[in-house]
Amino acid sequence: MTNESGILSFGAYVPRLRLARKAIAAANAWFNPGLRALAKGERAMANWDEDAVTMSVEAARDCLAGFDRGTVAAVTLASTTHPFDDRQNSGILANALNLRPALRVLDVAGSPRAGTSALAAAFAAASGSAEPALVAAGEHRLAKAASTQEMQYGDGAAAVLIGGGQPLARLLGTHSETVDFVPQFRAHDRAYDYAWEERWIRDEGYLKIVPRTLAALFKATGMEPGAVTHLCLPCTLPRVTLAVAKRAGIAESAVRDNLAAVCGDTGAAHPLLMLVHALEDANPGDTVLLASFAEGCDALLFQVTDEIKKFPARRGVKGSLARRNEETTYGKLLAFNDSVQLERGMRAEVDKGTPLSVLYRNREMITGLVGGRCRACGTVQYPRGRYCVNPGCNALDSQDDQPFAELAATVKSYTADSLTYSPDPPAYYGMIDFNGGGRMMIDFTDVDEGKLEVGTPMRMMFRIKDYDAVRGFVRYFWKAAPA
Amino acid sequence: MATGIKDKVAILGMGCSKFGERWDRNAEDLMVEAFEEALKDAGIERNRIEAAWFGTALEEQHVGKSGVPLAMTLRLPYIPVTRVENYCATGTEAFRGAVYAVASGAVDFALALGVEKLKDTGYGGLPQRGRGTVNNLFWPNLSAPGAFAQLAAAYRAKHGVDGKDLKRAMAHISVKSHDNGALNPKAHLRNRISEDDVMKAPIVAEPLGLYDCCGVSDGAACAIVTTPDIARGLGKKDLVGVKALQIAVSNGEEVQYGEWDGSYFATTRAAAKRAYQEAGIGNPRSEISLIEVHDCFSVTELVTMEDLGISAEGKAIGDVLDGFYDAKGKIPCQIDGGLKCFGHPIGASGLRMLYEMYLQLNERAGERQRSDPVIGLTHNLGGFPHQNVSSVTIVGRYGA
Repeated sequence: MTNESGILSFGAYVPRLRLARKAIAAANAWFNPGLRALAKGERAMANWDEDAVTMSVEAARDCLAGFDRGTVAAVTLASTTHPFDDRQNSGILANALNLRPALRVLDVAGSPRAGTSALAAAFAAASGSAEPALVAAGEHRLAKAASTQEMQYGDGAAAVLIGGGQPLARLLGTHSETVDFVPQFRAHDRAYDYAWEERWIRDEGYLKIVPRTLAALFKATGMEPGAVTHLCLPCTLPRVTLAVAKRAGIAESAVRDNLAAVCGDTGAAHPLLMLVHALEDANPGDTVLLASFAEGCDALLFQVTDEIKKFPARRGVKGSLARRNEETTYGKLLAFNDSVQLERGMRAEVDKGTPLSVLYRNREMITGLVGGRCRACGTVQYPRGRYCVNPGCNALDSQDDQPFAELAATVKSYTADSLTYSPDPPAYYGMIDFNGGGRMMIDFTDVDEGKLEVGTPMRMMFRIKDYDAVRGFVRYFWKAAPA
Repeated sequence: MATGIKDKVAILGMGCSKFGERWDRNAEDLMVEAFEEALKDAGIERNRIEAAWFGTALEEQHVGKSGVPLAMTLRLPYIPVTRVENYCATGTEAFRGAVYAVASGAVDFALALGVEKLKDTGYGGLPQRGRGTVNNLFWPNLSAPGAFAQLAAAYRAKHGVDGKDLKRAMAHISVKSHDNGALNPKAHLRNRISEDDVMKAPIVAEPLGLYDCCGVSDGAACAIVTTPDIARGLGKKDLVGVKALQIAVSNGEEVQYGEWDGSYFATTRAAAKRAYQEAGIGNPRSEISLIEVHDCFSVTELVTMEDLGISAEGKAIGDVLDGFYDAKGKIPCQIDGGLKCFGHPIGASGLRMLYEMYLQLNERAGERQRSDPVIGLTHNLGGFPHQNVSSVTIVGRYGA
């Protein structure tokens, strides 16, 4: 590993819905009175059309803003909730981002540590490569009703672009320890996590395994623990990170907020989310220690460079947290996660089967939201037909690729449809006009009742279009959301 | 040089089933009901019919594909039967096929029959189905009310109209159609409603409430056409001639390109322009006696008044509220109750509209009869405002 390797960019995404924990407690404390003690703050909650892949796409778009996507040579996607066991989730991410086909991709899973393991592995693999690699982590974990996980978990994603050149933060070193210490697990065929006693996780896990890992990293890098200015260590147990810092010799002031009050624990994505949050606050010369614990511990040490001052602002964690809509209907958490048998009505019975050959032929149009720009007349259009849509042109096969996902748009017409099936009625959709040309009739998402008007600015977001419950397929497409 | 369809074909006979929730009848029964009436009206033997066009849109919901269901049901003697589908213009498309066959001189007698049996889905509203393998991947999961409701937002924005004023005009449209439907024994809904009922009804797709939406019904309608000479030879006196048959189909301009603002139908404007030319109508507002338009939703009827060039642009609300389109107004719209009261068995609707025009022009419309109608216009609209099929048909007294 050369000293030149580091973080070139970062981005994050936290879904807009924040479920007030007191709403969970109000529904479930009759059964588990202990939930009342946890009923503070709010947790990020994926909309019905979001999963680990869609949230990772949003984080990756945030991360890649201003970068030439054509240079990205590798993509790693970490999650314990990949939508597909057999279909490359990172491949969906790459297609949605319109990355080049000559690309190495990898899904990383198996532990909430997957985010840091993926990052460490990507640094190792990228060593000596001139081209950047994207590492994204997204998580959308289910939790049983009335469980503490339901309170503690949140949904979200983060992404970092790594490589050589002039990084925002140089990688000083990494160290990992692997121990089959099982704080919680989820078997292959199970939907929910099974966790052991918190006091044991604290005393035998966090307080022994993490300090040991950090000590090895400090030794290898020659860094003094007292020099750490940002410690990013996800942990849902109270005060444990402080105790770890104390044992490791790290200043108390370096311990970063774990975002429990405003987001919740986003599993494999959480270390990267905390890293992005730290980089948003970091100054040149700061030392950022990223660690995560589960069946062992990963630790990565970074030194922030002067480049951080020139780095253009982006949504990141802070912007995502500011894009917030409080949700107080606990039943939506159950319904969106299919944790309750909802009467969805006969209109939900329409077959949502996706012919894979059709999806493949149209993958750029559907997954990449790529339309056309006519070389003869300049008309931008979606979808691209063989003939240009401009009645004064109608040229045959005259169109170059025109990606639409990053173009701003405005509402031309809209409706709130209470008749058609939607997992979150009413269904909002309408016509949008893109700035600079092109228009489409498309589903809307993340809309607040009464907030839509002709002229409302919109941005495109990668979302789940349909679930095919019969075959277990997820159909992705883009939707327009208020900008 | 093409000369158009004007007065080349006459309607010899028509029939229309009772529309409604026909729980005790199959589609085949409805077809027979309409056909028997038309055949008696035409006064010919069934074996004189040389070719038939069969219109049905959601065939898997009832009779299945092809021309076979029509031939089997009516026991047609090995004649050509063509099944057509063109969204909600399906019934009109069947009529067009039969009329063109006669006009071409290929046959003397042709049949057009449209039917739809919608009430076997288990739920209200039109059946929800796939839209094609690629469309399913990117179209919004739109319903008809959701698609047409968008006219309202766009119309309000374009003309600076207050939402309440627009909704009041929409309410007037529905109240007027129910008043008309109450007088029609074949209509599905025969109750009168108040403006207040419309304004307070539950919302289906903002701003369309329950009473802004047409009903969903079972029904069939049928026409037998021939040449004016043959019709006269059969003893018919006051002939109803076909003056114009126009269909315009979206090519993507509305949804992908250009200045279309979502507040009107580009197709209807194109079809109407050609139809007036074909029929020789210079001023529709003064020359047309009656219109039956595709009032799938109240707001559709409202903007269609402008698309047909009868109300000036932005002025439909005023005309509607002034009673211009009421039964006693200058040009009654939906004198039979419209889709609002007949519901919309897709394949049948276009022919059902023509049936009313035929009755009116023959002075056989009973309580609904207008005095001395000369020219009638029917209009269908299938699909969605941004992507649709629009038909404009004009019929009238032969020679007028």
